[in-house]
Amino acid sequence: MLKKFEDLNASHIDVLKEIGNIGSGNASTALSSMVGKDVVISMPEVKFLRFQEAIEKNGSPEETVAAVLVRLKNDICGMILFIVEHEFAAEVLKVFFGENDVDLLRLSDDDISALTEIGSIMSHSYTNAIATLAGLNIGVDAPSFTVDMFGAIMSVPIIEFGEIGEKLLCIDKVIELNGVKMKSNMLLIPTVDSLSNLFGKLGLGE
Amino acid sequence: MNLNVGISDWKVSKPPDVIVTYALGSCVGICLYDKRTKIAGLSHIMLPDSGNSGEANINRMKFADTAIPDMLKKMVALGAMQSGITAKIAGGATMFSASGCDRFNIGERNVVAVKAALQTLRIPIIGQDTGANYGRTLFLYPETGKVKVKSASKGERDL
Repeated sequence: MLKKFEDLNASHIDVLKEIGNIGSGNASTALSSMVGKDVVISMPEVKFLRFQEAIEKNGSPEETVAAVLVRLKNDICGMILFIVEHEFAAEVLKVFFGENDVDLLRLSDDDISALTEIGSIMSHSYTNAIATLAGLNIGVDAPSFTVDMFGAIMSVPIIEFGEIGEKLLCIDKVIELNGVKMKSNMLLIPTVDSLSNLFGKLGLGE
Repeated sequence: MNLNVGISDWKVSKPPDVIVTYALGSCVGICLYDKRTKIAGLSHIMLPDSGNSGEANINRMKFADTAIPDMLKKMVALGAMQSGITAKIAGGATMFSASGCDRFNIGERNVVAVKAALQTLRIPIIGQDTGANYGRTLFLYPETGKVKVKSASKGERDL
């Protein structure tokens, strides 16, 4: 039984990468069909970061970003946090509504609905892919949206994992939309217990 | 020089150094200050109670009930008078407001735990900016004891 993230071995990490690959491949196909543009994703990375690093390596603490948070339940608990930087939001809203001067701090209700919906659809495509692959039942809660400092947003997963340790496991990748490389991180943040579950189902347990 | 306080961290300083902690979400920043000696401390706690932790060796800087007394002890060791120390606190937001998220209400629980820890130590709270749904960066100026709170959507205010 996996007790700590520190106990993950190389084949566990490979499986997590593959999951990130399949999940985010599906999610980016969903994004591509929504915006009608090409979407390219980077190879997913499995990062096992101290809390402070989780902020510093993924962005800058005070940068204003939008975020869609979706909680996962049943066989995999944890969350998907979709971080949308300004450039990415601007591109999406340009495609959807023809907007040119997108200010994350002054989004209209339609802008917020569109970005939330994208986060939600991508999260569902991500989890559906993993659920099908591993024969798991993954429940997805209603999405929640906010615009704020990147560091303050990251405090949400960090605090939940703070009860059990000092590190956060993130499976992430960078999305390119419309030929423009934009950082838009989709972080899958599972709990330790869920990982045990997942590896068990895939025959990698114990 | 700016002294940077990370998550689960605290630092103590004197003028002219300014102590900063960036982007508090549901975490709480506790600024302690002794006006006479100008000794100041800033703690960035993440969770209310070390008693709930499943860890064998806890990081005392992470919890309200352990970080605040530890930082106070350090300030007193540097010459601060405990009876003259006052507190200003900020943070403890609920970042995602839709139902199902932030269901543990951790921001509010952190604020309650910080107030309890300060009360136990008989430190009066003379300024606070807590709760709501946005992140905050804090600057603590040991020259005056002023605390500047900065946010993305609400601008700046002084405590």
